[in-house]
Amino acid sequence: MADFNVRSDSVNVEQIMEQIRSRIREKRGVDYTEEQIRELATVKLQKFLDPRGVRSDLLDQFRRAQPLQQPPALPNYAFEDSTLFDSHRGALRFIRRLLKPVLKLFFNPNPLIQALHIQSRVNTMLNEREARLEATESLYYELIHNLVVETTRLGIEVKNLTMRIESMSSRMEFSERRARALESAVSDVIYQPAPGDIVGTAQPAAGGAPPAAARDARGSSAHQSQRTEQAYIGAPGQSQPREGAATGEGPGQRSRRRRRRRGRRGAIPAAVVMREGPPAPSAGFAKPAATPEGATPGGAEPGELSPHAESATRERAPALPEPPAVPPAPPSERPAPAERAEAPPPSMPAVPRSESEPQ
Amino acid sequence: MKVAIVVQRYGSGINGGAELHARYIAEHLARHAEVEVLTTCASDYVTWRNELQAGADTVNGIAVRRFPVKHERDPKTFARWQDLVFEQPHSLNDELGWLDAEGPASPALVNHVSKRAAEYDFFLFFSYRYYHAYHGALAVPSRAVLVPTAERDETIGLSMFRPLFRSVRAVMYNSPEERMMIQTVARNEGVPGVVVGVGSDVPANPQPGRFRAKYGIRGPFVIYVGRIDSNKGCPELFDFFQGYIKGCYGKLTLILIGNSLLEIPAQPRIRHLGFLDDADKFDAMAAAELLVMPSYYESLSMVALEAWALGKPVLANGKCDVLKGQCLRSNAGLFYETFAEFVETLSAIEKHRWLSASLGRNGRQFFRDHYDWSVIERKYLDMFERLRTEPQAGTEGHQGGWLDRRRVEVPAARDVLARLPQGPALGLPAPAARRPA
Repeated sequence: MADFNVRSDSVNVEQIMEQIRSRIREKRGVDYTEEQIRELATVKLQKFLDPRGVRSDLLDQFRRAQPLQQPPALPNYAFEDSTLFDSHRGALRFIRRLLKPVLKLFFNPNPLIQALHIQSRVNTMLNEREARLEATESLYYELIHNLVVETTRLGIEVKNLTMRIESMSSRMEFSERRARALESAVSDVIYQPAPGDIVGTAQPAAGGAPPAAARDARGSSAHQSQRTEQAYIGAPGQSQPREGAATGEGPGQRSRRRRRRRGRRGAIPAAVVMREGPPAPSAGFAKPAATPEGATPGGAEPGELSPHAESATRERAPALPEPPAVPPAPPSERPAPAERAEAPPPSMPAVPRSESEPQ
Repeated sequence: MKVAIVVQRYGSGINGGAELHARYIAEHLARHAEVEVLTTCASDYVTWRNELQAGADTVNGIAVRRFPVKHERDPKTFARWQDLVFEQPHSLNDELGWLDAEGPASPALVNHVSKRAAEYDFFLFFSYRYYHAYHGALAVPSRAVLVPTAERDETIGLSMFRPLFRSVRAVMYNSPEERMMIQTVARNEGVPGVVVGVGSDVPANPQPGRFRAKYGIRGPFVIYVGRIDSNKGCPELFDFFQGYIKGCYGKLTLILIGNSLLEIPAQPRIRHLGFLDDADKFDAMAAAELLVMPSYYESLSMVALEAWALGKPVLANGKCDVLKGQCLRSNAGLFYETFAEFVETLSAIEKHRWLSASLGRNGRQFFRDHYDWSVIERKYLDMFERLRTEPQAGTEGHQGGWLDRRRVEVPAARDVLARLPQGPALGLPAPAARRPA
């Protein structure tokens, strides 16, 4: 729970209540996240949107559910002012008409006649209305049925679209991660010191500034992305063999590596290579400094780099600085003899700082 | 000076708000004047059955004279009258019928007031809504001082009470909200009135540890003291507090003290201890983190004042203008209107010690400034003194002729109530900010 802003002995209840209310207003916005709203909507609509819940015989069921109602076949009188005194017998009709004034002495039949006349008209109107309703009833049933079907169809469509969106978003996420991984791999290659730089990078007094700057520039996020990258590239051998080379390799391996490096330094110019034809696949980029020691030139061993790693290695090869190209440090920045003694010999494989030092 | 306290029920075991208020006032005024209590033989506020002996009695050294009630309340008849006068246009006669059905109808008490008026300097009528106050005050308007204890309910919308508010010598209000409401309804600004309220005899050294040991209560708790009734907002309190427990917002337990007319939820963190005596009640309040007052209708919450006197914050129902106004004026309590506000305010008091302590400190000071017995007594005595010297301001007391009383032209009380202004009346200045010495 967030703290109040009012922190004194003289509390102001009005102010506190205002803060509480504003926090409630804020919370309401946060309380219902998009996911929760979607969940609520799903809960409310799933009964209707479930395609299995729709019955094709809905219309018939609706009709069956309606109680059978047979309108009573009663005659509707057309009630007029003479109906009360009417008769099919002429004499009787005459006598009634004759005695009508006498009858009116006893009671007033006019309201009765009026009421029954109105009732007769109302009955007629109701019958007509009933008939119209029956005619439109089936249309309403059909309309409801179609609405349900359409709603179901839309629900299914919404679900499909939701799934497609989820699929696309996961794909996009994967692509973003992959892109980040590749970028990290490339940056590692760019900032990886060459074997000739080992002395400079290992001695902060002399050449400490550039590696430190590079480390700062990459920062912890770069380190993080590097981990992610390894997870996605699937080339852990890129660092492990190096550590193995630094710690447990034998003199034979060391001499082989030295020979390879010499061969690369004295590499044949590209023009010569082009003239002589393309080199073997293993000669081009299967044996750079970062190549796992156990990998065979053919690249068919378990430690083979993935295509992502290959592309990263391709970019890494020309970025490796040649030892002669490193400018000599000024006298003041040159390492002290003791420091120089701690530096690995130039023949030792270069271990990038980013992998050997904790960030 | 002889003062008669006229109240619907009276006794040491009667703990209704207005009745307790009347008893406290009687006992404290007895130090300055001769006090006699005129009341009925009823002790149950639902039936108004004659349960106590009629005639003279003494309660805590105060002379009490009891009069029989003419009839008990018939709930069905009363409900019919109430529905008529609250919900529909009606006549003044209907309102008088409602008043008679409500009870406690004691013509003997009114007769005594009317015939023996000369023996008393002043009559203090408590609770305007009852038979004794209405008929008694109209019988002796020149000596009548009304303590309305009015709440914001439909009764205030009945037209019969307007002449009552205008005809008495003075009105002792419980809160500025009550005064504002009555003056809006009755336009009785000319009648002398003062916001007094009531004090409380809060022990100087309550024993919270003793209470915890006696009832086996551990951990922090919030306390409710009063009748556990739907009229007091208890169902809403139960709902909100169970929501608070389910949402895991805090660790508080709800302790309920008082007689229950409702079913208490079966929840381990809601405990009902029943009716406790004053010592236990004050110990419990001292042990509590805060007091909760869920009531919608209050004229003056004595329990809230007692909590403040003990330095405890109060969480009140903001829908009750009086409670809200008290919280704002005192700066000693928070209030809620919704579940979200209930949770937030309760959690704020529970989790922020500085807030709880500051509210409690303000409450203690507010009680001392406005509700200490010396302040209350002085206000009453000053009012009596003023009435002795000033001529009567209120005049209107008649209720019209025979036909006037039967003319159906009085609007429904609910409609009148709906038109009344809402919200707290922030008339009294809030206590100044005080820092600990």
